[in-house]
This record gives sequence, C-alpha cells and structure tokens, in this order.
Amino acid sequence: MYQFSGRLKTFSLALIVLGFVGLAYSFYNGSQKTLEDAKHAIEAASNDAHGGGHGEAATPHEAEASHDSHVVKTDNEAHAAMIHASEDKDTSHGDAHASSEAHGTSHDDEHATHVLHQLQNRPWSAFYVALFFSLGLTLLVLTFYAIQRVAQVGWSVVILRVMEAITANLLPVSIIMILVLAASVMHINHLFPWMAEGVFDPESDKYDAIIDGKSIWMNATGFMLRSIAYLVIWNAYRFLIRKGSIKEDTANDGNKTYKKNYNMSVIFLFLFMITESMMSWDWIMGLDPHWFSTLFGWYVLATLLVSALTVIAFVTIYLRSKNALPGINDSHIHDLAKFMFGFSVFWTYLWFAQFMLIWYADIPEETTYFVARFTEYKLPFLGMVVMNFVFPILLLINSDFKSRPWFVFIGGTVILMGHYVDVFVMVMPSTVGAQWSFGIPELSAIFFFIGLFIYTTFSAFAKANPITKGNPFLKESEHFHYYNIEHTGEGSGDHH
Amino acid sequence: MESSKVIHAFYTDDEVLLDAVKTVKAAHHHIEEVFCPFPVHGLDKAMGLAPTRLAITAFLYGITGLAFAIWMTNYMMIDDWPQDIGGKPSFSWVENMPAFVPIMFELTVFFAAHLMVITFYMRSRIWPFKDAENPDPRTTDDHFLMEIPVHNNEAELTSLLSETGAVEINVVDKH
Repeated sequence: MYQFSGRLKTFSLALIVLGFVGLAYSFYNGSQKTLEDAKHAIEAASNDAHGGGHGEAATPHEAEASHDSHVVKTDNEAHAAMIHASEDKDTSHGDAHASSEAHGTSHDDEHATHVLHQLQNRPWSAFYVALFFSLGLTLLVLTFYAIQRVAQVGWSVVILRVMEAITANLLPVSIIMILVLAASVMHINHLFPWMAEGVFDPESDKYDAIIDGKSIWMNATGFMLRSIAYLVIWNAYRFLIRKGSIKEDTANDGNKTYKKNYNMSVIFLFLFMITESMMSWDWIMGLDPHWFSTLFGWYVLATLLVSALTVIAFVTIYLRSKNALPGINDSHIHDLAKFMFGFSVFWTYLWFAQFMLIWYADIPEETTYFVARFTEYKLPFLGMVVMNFVFPILLLINSDFKSRPWFVFIGGTVILMGHYVDVFVMVMPSTVGAQWSFGIPELSAIFFFIGLFIYTTFSAFAKANPITKGNPFLKESEHFHYYNIEHTGEGSGDHH
Repeated sequence: MESSKVIHAFYTDDEVLLDAVKTVKAAHHHIEEVFCPFPVHGLDKAMGLAPTRLAITAFLYGITGLAFAIWMTNYMMIDDWPQDIGGKPSFSWVENMPAFVPIMFELTVFFAAHLMVITFYMRSRIWPFKDAENPDPRTTDDHFLMEIPVHNNEAELTSLLSETGAVEINVVDKH
C-alpha cells in the first residue's frame, strides 16, 4: 500500500494556506476599489489604445486602412462595454456608442461604474478560472475512467486506481463551485452580466432584448437548479463507482460486480455528454450572454480532456518513481503520451474550426468574441496555440520520446499551462475586460487548487489497493507492451 | 548459382513464428524472407531488418503537398481571378489564410498518403499484372512461411526448424 508521505502532505497544505492567504488579500484588495481607481484605469487604457489605434489608421495602404478602422471602432466599444449591448444597434445604448466622440458626463460615470465592476471582478475571475480548470480536468479524468470501463480497455487497468484517486478532488471543488455560483446569483460578484438587475425588465434602462429572449434558459432559478444537477450527477457516479471498484477487488463473484460497474459507467457517460455541453453553456458561454457557438461544448471538452490526460500521466509518473505502482511499464506512459499528443491536435482542430467559421461569416454579434481576444488578449490568445499545439507536436511526435518521463513531463507542463491560459482567455475578456493581468490573485488561486488536488489525490490513493485486483483484464495490462519501444529496467526478452 | 536451394518452413501461429525467427537468428542463420497472411508486430525487429524509411518520405511528400496547396490557392484565388473571400476584399493571401487552412491540410494529407502508398508499392516491387512472388498460396490464408537459404547444412537446419514448431519443412530449388 502507498503511504501519503508527510513531506508531500506538508507541501500540499502549505500550497493551500499560501493560496488562501493570497486570495484573502486579493478579495480584500478588490473590495477596496473605488470609482477613482476605475477612472484612472480608463485614462491609462485610453491613452494606450487611442495612440496605437490612430497611428495604425494613418497608414496610407487602402486595404489596411479599412481593416484598421475596424480595430479602432472595436477598441472604443471595448472600453465602453464589451459585455453590454454594444452590438445591439437598435437600442439607444448602441447609438450612444456609435457617437462615442461625444462623451456625456452620465455616460462617463456609467462607464466608470462598469470598469469598477471589472476591477472588483478580478479576484473572483482569477478564482473562477482556476476553479473551473480544476473541476473540469477532474471531471474529465472521471470520464476517461468511465470510458476505460465501458470500452473494457485492457492496457490501462494498472492505472485505474490512479484515475480513481484523482477524482477524489471532484467533491471539494464541486462544493466550492456551488458556493461561487450562488454568490453570483446573489449579486455578490458580477461575473455573469445577465444576472445584473434590470436586464429582464423592459422598463429599466439596462433592459436587454437579446438576453430577455433567452430567458427560458437564462434565469437564476434554472441556472442554479441545473448547476446543482450536474454536480450531483457527477459526484454520485464518482461515489458509487469508487465503492463498486473497491468491492470488485475482493468480490470474486464471477465478474458480477465488474458488470455492475460497467452498467453504471454507461449511464454516466450518457449523462456526462449532455451535462458537459450544458455546463459549458451555463458556466462559460453565459459569461458572454449575447454570443454563442454551437461547438463550444466540444471545445471546452477538448481543453479539459487533454489536461486530464496530462494530469493522469503526471500522477502516474510520480507514483511510479516512488515504486507505488506495481505492474506499470514504459508502454503505459507511452500510451498516455499518445493521448496527450492526439488530443492536443483535436483541441487545435476545434479551436480553429470555431474561429474559422466566425471569421468567414463575419457577423458582428459573433465576431465580438474574437475581437475582444485579438485586441486586449493577443499574447495569451495566440501564445496558447504555440503552447497547446506547436510545442506538444514537436516534442511528442517522436515515438521514443513518448515513453521517457522527462519529455512527457516537459511537454505536459507546457500543455497544462497552455490550457490554463485557454480557460483564462475564455473567462477573463468577459469578466474583467481590459483590466486583466497576471499576479497575486491568479497565482494564489492556482496554488490553492494545486494544493487541494495533491492533498485529495494522494490521500485517496493511499486508502485503497494500488491495483484493481479483481479486474479481469489485469493480466493483459501487466503484460502490455507496445511493439515499437524498448522497456527500461527490464530485459527485452520479457515480451510474452 | 551456388545458393539455389532454400528451405521453406511453415507455421500456423504468429507467436510461434516470432519465437522461431528468434531461435534461427540466435543460431546465426540468414533468413531470406518471411511470408505472412497479415502483418506481425515485432517481426521486422526479430529478423534484424533496418527500420523503414517510409516515414521520412511521408514527411517530404507532406511538405510537397503543403507547398502545392499554398501555390494553388494563391494562384486560383488571388492571382488569376482575385476573389472577395467572406466579404473581406483584401486580395492578400496572408489575410485570407484561415480560409485556405482546410485546403492546405487536405492536400498535405492527400500527397503524403497517396505518394507514400505508391512508394511502398514500388519499393515492394508490386505493380499491376505482376505475378505473385510468394512461394506457396497458403501464405495468403492461414500459414506463415520462413525461407532460409541452404549452404550444405540441410540436415542441421531441418532439425533446428522442426524443434521450433514448424508444421511442414520443404527443401526446394529456387530458380
């Protein structure tokens, strides 16, 4: 049995405490922001962007000029309200933006309040990005685990317990998620613009016809009920399958328990595919309530899936180096790295598919999403393509590299950072807009959730037999040997 | 011809064949060829064959396809008959690049796949109307055949092969 070492436990608790202190500081700091800070931020931003925009627009090139005027226009919009109804040309609000040269005082104040909300949102967003990433990748580990059971996969049986241990992280992050979403519904934070007061009230000057048209889906009650339903379904499966899996070790009942676990996993996968898409609409796409993309659920799935596989590989490599995983060999690492490689390509495919269709059609209410990301988030938005596609492709395309722990570790680190940036760029433009940065709030949130992850994962791994003894495919997994690689630490004659 | 005599050893199981190949190699005999009804993983390594260079040609063909796609889209959509793509009349290949990515991808795959298959056929000396080279039709069904040239050691080879689980051993004159 594996022992959760004192050093690792101290390390994870230290990360949690460090993250907690940093978060407390950031939340306090965020709550102290005033309208004055917001006005300072607007001034600084408009100096930057206007200078740049005009400089570019002055280029004599005909084709470039039309392109650039587009950028300048959207810059103005971005200051005023990326989230507000800037693309809704029919409302008086939209007209005010069109004639944004004449800034009235009331408009200035409204703008400042908006930026103030963005400044106050920053600690919440920083926390939300790390929270969603942690919850999502844990969920996808659970899904990958369910796939192993449903497909009756042979090779992965020796690392099933690793995946199970990681899913222990699901319960705490689910509870935190519910608390954060409840705080949003109760107007404690301003993450979801459609939750603002007056959006559904035709009398209010904040009335938004587009969002009102979606009120069947976008209403606080339905949102909370759905969110709770998703989390309850996922956690229920996690609880039942963990119990069933441990029972399987000693059941010895002609695979009856094994088949029961199989049936449970089939039901979970069916429910997962529905809840995952809906979860991505509610928790991420709802941050941009005007915008929609039909493949968004898949896109979020790809991000979380490749991160989940990387995390499985990391925990496997760590536990193997501690000799805590009997029966594992280089071929298992090789297979995990193949999945990391393959799903990196899959992610890029969806990223590009979503971008290209919107770019091609060029419909204003769709392009706002990418305009915000290409203007204020250019470096993270394009940088993540290098981190999530170019780097893993170049590093992991070699068959030999995929079984070397060091290469998998380096590639995986870049993949995880890249997909954190991906979630960051999904969330931040809508919640904090131009007021983004990467500092204490973001780092503290990352530390907090890494600490929580390490603590829950390794204490869960120490509680059960590291091998699922009762699994009928255990032998196949122990003898697994991909024909094209040489195993380290054993004679090459151990093939059969 | 000095070495015109060969031994044909038949096997009915790929695992038995793989072990037999290892035994024969360990006894320092040259294996001329192994005929199989389906690919056997690890056989090339056991026979001591050099790794295939097909992957390198595939990479080069892919690059060729990519270059061809870039030239083709530029010629068709920008040079020869300038097109307004998606309401963005920039008439610049770089600015319209997202629209060409699927074409670049498809032609890269198309060139790599087709030329790689053709290369494989040429390298394996397979072309239309060519007579089959396999010495026994059973190797297209359920038998594996190992061909070993004989250098006045027929008895020694026969006894070695029968120990490895061969179901049939024939000595034939190769012309």
